[in-house]
Amino acid sequence: MSALVLLAIAAAMVFWLIGAYNGLISLKNQVANAWKQIDVQLKRRHDLIPNLVEAAKGAMQFERQTLDEVIAARNSAITATSGGGAGDLPTAQMVAQTAAAEGKLSASLGRLFAVVEAYPQLKATGNIAALQEELTSTENKIAFSRQLYNDTATEYNTKQQQFPTSLVAGMAGASAASLWEITDAAEREVVKVDLSLPPKK
Amino acid sequence: MTESVNLFAQQEANRRRSRWLVIGFLLFFAWLGFGGDFIRYLAAKNAHPDQPAAFFPWLGVVLTLVGAWMAKSAFDNGPRRVLASTGARELLDPQTPQERQLVNVVEEMSVASGVPRPGIWVIPDPDPNAFATGLEEKGSSIAVTQGLIDTLSRDELQAVIGHEMGHIKNLDVRLMTLLAALVGAITLLANFVTRSGLLGGGRRDREDRGSGGGPLVIILLVVWVVSWVLAPILANLMALGVSRDREYLADAMSAQFTRNPMSLASALERIEHADAPTKSIQRGTAHMCIADPVGRRLTGGEGGLALLFGTHPPMATRIARLKAMAYQDMKRAGTFPNPDAPTA
Repeated sequence: MSALVLLAIAAAMVFWLIGAYNGLISLKNQVANAWKQIDVQLKRRHDLIPNLVEAAKGAMQFERQTLDEVIAARNSAITATSGGGAGDLPTAQMVAQTAAAEGKLSASLGRLFAVVEAYPQLKATGNIAALQEELTSTENKIAFSRQLYNDTATEYNTKQQQFPTSLVAGMAGASAASLWEITDAAEREVVKVDLSLPPKK
Repeated sequence: MTESVNLFAQQEANRRRSRWLVIGFLLFFAWLGFGGDFIRYLAAKNAHPDQPAAFFPWLGVVLTLVGAWMAKSAFDNGPRRVLASTGARELLDPQTPQERQLVNVVEEMSVASGVPRPGIWVIPDPDPNAFATGLEEKGSSIAVTQGLIDTLSRDELQAVIGHEMGHIKNLDVRLMTLLAALVGAITLLANFVTRSGLLGGGRRDREDRGSGGGPLVIILLVVWVVSWVLAPILANLMALGVSRDREYLADAMSAQFTRNPMSLASALERIEHADAPTKSIQRGTAHMCIADPVGRRLTGGEGGLALLFGTHPPMATRIARLKAMAYQDMKRAGTFPNPDAPTA
């Protein structure tokens, strides 16, 4: 009888072990996937910027510096983002580098948008307005996928540190995933880009 | 973490309720059918107690089959039928900047909520309103009126889409779509039967010939006829009760996706102040919309009438809750806005 009870307890423990292990692995993959999602959006932003700059160049002989800054920030962001193994968690250094480079890019884009807003005739030329909408949308998607990444990474980190699961964490090869912190002060202050279509009333 | 548990529980509850809805629907049809047969049988037995005639419950078999067919078709093309009833067109190839912006906003919310990008439909109606329909997270659709696109700012539009994404993520859409399809089916059938007089003349004649038939038959007959008449009313009341609490939850989810409760609050204010009814949306789909398309007057107040008969909670309460959320956020972040700044 007591042997049966022991057997039952052992079986329950094995089941729990498998469950906890698989839970951690699945969360880890979710974190990696969330990072990939950010990557997709960042790439789209890098692809859109040359078009915007090209469109703006002809119309704005002034404010050359703003454009140059955007280009420089984009190029350094591309080098910072490149690399990273497939299906693996990003290293702490990778996250920090990407966050810093993309933060700079966001800030310089914000300045460019502010310039565009200041010159209505500029907004009317070519497809600048359309490009601006696309870029704003991409910025939002980056922000939302960053939210998703941070939320998932936090869940993963909490799970592997909490008590019973922490026993399995080593076995599952779990280590803390680094969060995407907003480091750049320029990005912290919200760049207000108002794209709202005026209410038709 | 608790949030994901809640989400799972919410989805499970919606799956379960959808199942019960379909079972209840089938049972109701079985009662209409086999109940009618039973009454016929009793009446026949009372009329000729000596010779029990051969009896086949054709009414029960036919009505149960009809019910099953309706339930199946609700599953097969419920979402499509709901969309078709509003005259919506799918936005496949966005042309104008407005349409481009709508598609972008939906994609942003899809990223934020982790729901696969839903289909986007536009209803040609000047009143601002929106709803989501579908049976699973994947392959759902969001429909917005032209009025919504015209009236709201980008942030407000985003908040409204976030609300609809919340309904999809919770699987509210499954329950609501099935309900809309089944309510429509019951209303149609019951109206047809009660108006065409199938319940009236013929029955009474047979009963007269059956010389009374005993009190049990009379009672059953009355209950049976009453269930035909009450069916559409009951179905509509159900649609009413099922949707109210969900609106608060979807509002909260929108705030979570956009991290900006104030934009939904101001969107709701604008929708509330556009006072024309949404003509393209009928009673049967009213419970699915972000704001009650028919009885906007009812949700305007906070009194008992609004609570009893609105498919939606009072707007003022929803807006107040969102503002409270925004206040909590600001308190946590320590960033109260400048009171002189114009509000969005």
